[in-house]
Amino acid sequence: MSRWPIALAAAAALSSPSVPAQQRALPVDALRSGLEFAGSDVRGIQADDVANPGFLWVDRGEKSWRDAAGGKSCASCHGDAAASMRGVAAHYPALDPSAGQVIDLEARINACRVRHQGAKPLARESDELLALTAYVAYQSRGMPIAASIDGAARASFERGRVLYVTRHGQMNLSCAQCHEGSWGKRLYAETISQGHGNAFPAYRLEWQTLGSLQRRIRACLFGIRAEMPRPGAPELTDLELYLAWRAQGLPLEAPGVRR
Amino acid sequence: MADSRISVAPEARRGEPFEVRISIRHPMETGYRTNESGEHVPRNVIRRFSCRYNGTPVFAVRVTSGIAANPYFRFFVTARESGALDFEWVDDAGVRGEARAEVKVV
Repeated sequence: MSRWPIALAAAAALSSPSVPAQQRALPVDALRSGLEFAGSDVRGIQADDVANPGFLWVDRGEKSWRDAAGGKSCASCHGDAAASMRGVAAHYPALDPSAGQVIDLEARINACRVRHQGAKPLARESDELLALTAYVAYQSRGMPIAASIDGAARASFERGRVLYVTRHGQMNLSCAQCHEGSWGKRLYAETISQGHGNAFPAYRLEWQTLGSLQRRIRACLFGIRAEMPRPGAPELTDLELYLAWRAQGLPLEAPGVRR
Repeated sequence: MADSRISVAPEARRGEPFEVRISIRHPMETGYRTNESGEHVPRNVIRRFSCRYNGTPVFAVRVTSGIAANPYFRFFVTARESGALDFEWVDDAGVRGEARAEVKVV
């Protein structure tokens, strides 16, 4: 008899929103960007705006921003990105009120294209979409990540948190087992990072190209031999939001460079 | 895509070397890979990259598949007269790229 109330209380504690917005997965003074786990060579490339190949995409994004080939350019509505887009990427993924769901920066750009430019959405991981994303994200470089998980974003955040701590794939590993419990330790030749997305879209030397945070997450899922959601899948956006909450306060580094 | 990013010091002293840096967008496909359907991806790397300073060749590289994608070159040129650096490159597909940077010699 007496065991039930305890079990019910435990169940209630699990089902209620158990992580208040101000609470953190990692204490602020323990937060470490992936850059700190990288070698001096990689850090050197990221710090140099000519050697950093990510800027080839930023430059292209700047051109696309002003390209009015479809009638309206991004600049037609948003003007100078240096002013209008400053700080925007630091708040993504964010709730899209008209769609009633959380979307990432790539989805936001595509939504803008469809709704306001009468254009077709750009394919995920296409150079065009990466370029625009990198250009917009670059306007927030150095600004602290501050995604909101309030209101209607809460459900997405909770789904992301569950995904983060759930074991997946043949290796039966969760994100948390590496990036929460084992960061700083070695995995083959690599040092396991805290798994923050603050450098993305980032130029990965392994990819030889710029890639999105979703691509990076999919690479992790491949590594643990889990099923990979398709690019743009809502699960990935949920995870992106959880990661953004987890990294809150870390400066955005886009376009970052990673091994 | 913007094809290159160039960095040259705003002013160079006559008779002294100045630094030139350029990063070029190119996949540098090695020819050793297959695509997702298992088909061979033909080699496409930049074959030759060169730089002329007021028309005079000052730097040239025969590039091979050992160089990573989006190659980055850094070299020094001795300042003579104000003018232009002309960069030129060509890949296996025959696609040519070019870029220009102004040099101010004081």
